[in-house]
Amino acid sequence: MDDISLASIFINSALVNNFVLAYFLGICPFLGVSAKLETATRMGGAVCFVMLVSSVCAYGINLVIEIANAHYLRLICYIVVIASMVQLVEMFVRKVSPTLFRALGIFLPLITTNCAILGLALFQTNKGYNLPQSIVYALGAGAGFTLALILMAGIRERLELAKLPNIVEGTSLSLMIAGILSLAFMGFAGLG
Amino acid sequence: MSDNPATADDFIKGTWRDNPVFVQVLGMCPVLAVTNSAINGLTMGVATTFVLFMSNMMVSSIRHWVPPQVRIASFILIIATFVTMVDYLIQAVSLELHKGLGAFISLIVVNCLILGRAEAFASKQPVGRSLLDALGMGAGFTIALLCMGIIRELLGNGSVFDVAIFGESYQPWVVMILPSGGFFTLGVLLLFINRINQRQKQGQQQGQQQESQDKANG
Repeated sequence: MDDISLASIFINSALVNNFVLAYFLGICPFLGVSAKLETATRMGGAVCFVMLVSSVCAYGINLVIEIANAHYLRLICYIVVIASMVQLVEMFVRKVSPTLFRALGIFLPLITTNCAILGLALFQTNKGYNLPQSIVYALGAGAGFTLALILMAGIRERLELAKLPNIVEGTSLSLMIAGILSLAFMGFAGLG
Repeated sequence: MSDNPATADDFIKGTWRDNPVFVQVLGMCPVLAVTNSAINGLTMGVATTFVLFMSNMMVSSIRHWVPPQVRIASFILIIATFVTMVDYLIQAVSLELHKGLGAFISLIVVNCLILGRAEAFASKQPVGRSLLDALGMGAGFTIALLCMGIIRELLGNGSVFDVAIFGESYQPWVVMILPSGGFFTLGVLLLFINRINQRQKQGQQQGQQQESQDKANG
């Protein structure tokens, strides 16, 4: 797998196979948090950071599991490590930078059930990436997630001032916007 | 902690009134990802119902002995174990289905629906009610997945459960099988449900106005 350049992995996970718009991971925060641009950016940043750390952790765990030949424990180990790692990150951020902790608020614990984090760990294991490739994959996935979130938030903020029929408001509208965004991102298919 | 007797409402509310997909908007990721064909949607629905059933049973059985601090961690462990079981089960039953569903079987563990029901219901209610709740929510989830799956496969492939419905001359609406099709289909379904709910509310309001007018008139 060494002949795949790191740049192409990044472009692939950020644009071509965007985690939200192509793989349908992280839809819950995508629909829930994207109402305001500010919260969307913060959530995106938090997810980026957690993705990076959990990618490295997943790589380490996978090494151990390969040695122990206990593939059936993979999922359980991943989810336990992700859950506890999010807890640790929360404590760390609270100690080091209370302002950042207050800014992130409820989002940090919510990231535990974000499909995107576990999905990232599972995908990178299935593709058999080594450590630098995994890190770039995680960075790309986080960047793509943040990009999708910011785009959605920008559109939704604009739509607050628009006249909409009653039945469309709410989740229905967000989903249709996401569909159009997803169509747009399909245009990147030739890149990777 | 209320120990009310189990009622049929525990089952029915999951299918329509508190439908996990259409009302609570939980567990979106698999709904959009695996509904590109009806059989995938059905399998995912059944798998999720199984995990929900077993984990609700277990969580409800041990609810008196789990300290509050490790609640969520233990729920996640229980759910992860059953998801691993389901993963191997599906692999054994049909390798094709397993490939079609891919990593999304493993992602059942982070389905907000299962953790949500364990936290909100199973950890506070006796085993009987938790099982009914699990079956109801699972049934509602499977119904939603089947709806989405049938619509997307019908429009995008001209078939349902791999049985060709439209003839050879049908030009498949390929976007329905792609990710954007998933978003659009769910958006339109939610739109219809909003409309139905609005009509119901209007009907109720009109009924109430009629009643108060009748009372006022005599």
